[in-house]
Amino acid sequence: MEWFLANSGTVFTLAGQHLVLAVIPMVLGLLVAIPLAQLARRSSTLRAVVLTASSLLYTIPSLALFIILPTVIGTRILDPLNVIVALTIYAVALLVRAALDAFDSVDDDLQQAAVAMGFRPLARFLQIDLPLSLPVMFAGLRVVSVSNISLVSVAALLGIGNLGMLFTSGLQRDFVTEVMVGIIAILILALVMDAILVVLERLLTPWARAAGATPAGPERATRGSAATVEAGA
Amino acid sequence: MAEAMIEFQSVTKKYQGGQAAVDDLSMSIDKGAITVFVGPSGCGKTTSLRMINRMVEPTSGTLTVDGRDVTSVPAPQLRRSMGYVMQSSGLMPHRTVLDNIATVPRLNGVSKAESRKRAEELLDVVGLASTLGKRYPSQLSGGQQQRVGVARALAADPPVLLMDEPFSAVDPLVRDELQKELLRLQRDLAKTIVFVTHDIDEATVLGDKVAVFATGGKLAQYAAPEEILRAPANEFVAAFVGRDRGFRHLAFSPSDGVRIHAAQTVRLHELGTGNGAGDWQLVVDDEGRPLGWSGPGAGTATVPGGSLFRKGETLRRALDAALSSPSGLGVAVDDDGRVAGILKADEVLAVIDADRRARQGRL
Repeated sequence: MEWFLANSGTVFTLAGQHLVLAVIPMVLGLLVAIPLAQLARRSSTLRAVVLTASSLLYTIPSLALFIILPTVIGTRILDPLNVIVALTIYAVALLVRAALDAFDSVDDDLQQAAVAMGFRPLARFLQIDLPLSLPVMFAGLRVVSVSNISLVSVAALLGIGNLGMLFTSGLQRDFVTEVMVGIIAILILALVMDAILVVLERLLTPWARAAGATPAGPERATRGSAATVEAGA
Repeated sequence: MAEAMIEFQSVTKKYQGGQAAVDDLSMSIDKGAITVFVGPSGCGKTTSLRMINRMVEPTSGTLTVDGRDVTSVPAPQLRRSMGYVMQSSGLMPHRTVLDNIATVPRLNGVSKAESRKRAEELLDVVGLASTLGKRYPSQLSGGQQQRVGVARALAADPPVLLMDEPFSAVDPLVRDELQKELLRLQRDLAKTIVFVTHDIDEATVLGDKVAVFATGGKLAQYAAPEEILRAPANEFVAAFVGRDRGFRHLAFSPSDGVRIHAAQTVRLHELGTGNGAGDWQLVVDDEGRPLGWSGPGAGTATVPGGSLFRKGETLRRALDAALSSPSGLGVAVDDDGRVAGILKADEVLAVIDADRRARQGRL
């Protein structure tokens, strides 16, 4: 605790760096995964290819990716961009599947109804598919958030600033407290991110709560028919 | 002679494999009237409906609405000029009732405020309280959702309304109510309505004209409902109209005349003793509730029973209980589910026959 208080400034700086390295790839990953998922929906072959490719991507060890990327994309080994690109790849791998599931979760009858009402494809995507896929999409995002926050720490082995550096320096100095602080900080960061995603989801999907809170009951149906009588009279 | 609003000219729809879903359909649909497409599943009635708003494109033939070929207008625009109501309400769960109703005006570029105002009027038109407008569809009952579906279809005031089995998924009482409501609305609105159903009763209640489709996408008869009931054009129509109507009607006939005989029952643990001669025995538990039947010489084995007839239910349930029982004897139970007796299929039929004669006498 004393150590933490003495070094809280450093810990907060590292936490900030950690967060940036985890969140940017999540957003980028989502932006890549959504069109990929849409593409995959066009045919069963495309779907198989996209899903297999994304699974394969996820099996590449992170440390290896951090080291190989500079030669592939021409960055320096210490460039945080490597981490961002690598984690974006993982995020895409996870989110393509989540996005596909999310779009599949949108009711087929509703799609038909949208076509029948005269929605053009883009409007249908933006106004129906996208909002209705949010609950399943957020489930995927929460997995990615935790996965990214944990993976970022590996980049500390290369000397890229984040909370993982508390592990490396703690190990080198044989100083357990620092390692403990690192673990706790990462845990808190993951929990906070998860809470933010949960709140964001609730804000973006007000209808989901309405459904749970007041299910249609006979009482409502009666009120409806009473209104009918009034209107008919 | 009524003016034609929609015309099918030799319209055929074939799917891959060459099977025709709709086969050389030519018909003209009257303006301002309700035309019902009815038939068994796979007869092409829904496909025909969906060709009107180009959800399905015909393989050959022409379709005109108000004299214009439907392919002369971009599909989304064509669809916005026709209301569409489907079986599952197809409401957008993430939008409030008002916003759902306002969908098509919004697509047409009407301002949010104006289309909401129109939506509020429509809530009233379809008989829903204005307080429901701010709810989400999942907070409404099935019948209310269908009303919202109708309101949504009417929002842009389209001349044509396409209704694809809109009342099939709601319970019979609500369906009755919705049917009456539609007829009431139609008196004021006089839209050209094309209504698909598999229920001949619904077709005859709602239709100014009824088109009976036969399997394979052939139009079997197209006439006023009275004429279809009175003079079916062929055996297919007669069978379709007759079979469904007769059995359905039993659901409205009381079972007062059906005799309930005392039942010979045996308790489960007494089975296998003294059933050598071989009649069906009704097996009951210690409370007297039916468990199943024991066949002649079956020892301790039991067969599951058929549907149960509760005293006071309709003739349809009585007949079904008798016909679905392995012994040919229907099981009647009291309000506590205990065996009250048995009824015989031939006696139920006799009551049905007497009921039919009585009705004919009244006509």
